Amino acid sequence: MGFLDRMSTVVQAKMNKMMDKIEDPRETLDLSYEKQLQLLQNVKRGVAEVTTSKKRIELQKVKLQMSIDKLDSQAKEALLANREDLARKALENKAALQAQAASLDQQIADLNDQQQKLMAAESRLATKVESFRTKKETIKAQYSAAEAQVKVTESVTGISEEMADVGMAVQRAEEKTENMKARSAALDELLESGTLTDLSGGDEIEKELAKVKAQSTVDDELAKMKAEMKK
Amino acid sequence: MIIRILSEGQFRLDDKLLDELNRIDNRIVDHVQKGDEKAFRKDLDRLISTIKEQGEPVDPVDIFPSGIIVPPEDMSFQEARQVFCGPGLIKD
Repeated sequence: MGFLDRMSTVVQAKMNKMMDKIEDPRETLDLSYEKQLQLLQNVKRGVAEVTTSKKRIELQKVKLQMSIDKLDSQAKEALLANREDLARKALENKAALQAQAASLDQQIADLNDQQQKLMAAESRLATKVESFRTKKETIKAQYSAAEAQVKVTESVTGISEEMADVGMAVQRAEEKTENMKARSAALDELLESGTLTDLSGGDEIEKELAKVKAQSTVDDELAKMKAEMKK
Repeated sequence: MIIRILSEGQFRLDDKLLDELNRIDNRIVDHVQKGDEKAFRKDLDRLISTIKEQGEPVDPVDIFPSGIIVPPEDMSFQEARQVFCGPGLIKD
């Protein structure tokens, strides 16, 4: 069995779940329409969820970038104070944070892709649902129950396939978002627990730099005193 | 023939292309069975780009079933294996 045949079977199974066996074809039409409206709401929720996740990760990226910038200026300060060891440490930590930032960039790009696809799916489904609504009223008005059967099967099958597709897309997007949420929460935890602040080395390097500065102030003052005492 | 690319919608394609699609399909089966992820990705991309380039998107107003259903382009290798061995792309 080919891969695409397997794929059709998977979608068919989804469709069968969506289509209830109902004797009266007109009732089938109404019920299918109700399900379509529900699914549309689901897609909208899915889009909102992906958008929220994307914003959250974008915010994390901003925070991370601030730490990176800070380490960068600390490295410069350390070099000015002739402390290459400190500058090296700051730059090492900066590289570690940059790797994190790159992974966030990738996640943002993925979510953006999901968002675009779901929005396109929503618009396609909305158009189809509206078209189905018109069709179903025509079928109900023009055909007897027996005649309607064929028409109903045709359009319900067609729309069920679209629904199965969109339903799967929403589900996959949700799974991906869940994954990223977990990773993003882990990163938040790291940031809050200070593990990443350690990594950003902010405090330690800051302290060392302050010590260096204090040292040079003391040296200056000592030199000044010595000079005055010589007079 | 009408083809659906999952999460992208339907495309109308000349029946003449069916042979080529079948060839790619067979290769994909091979790649999944052999566990060759790189080749799988390449042929899935080729399958989807062939349909998009040679086909015409179906107007969303039209409602009809598809003859062929193609997986989404971001399908992972793991998902592809599940289509073969497991319950399918999506858990119930």
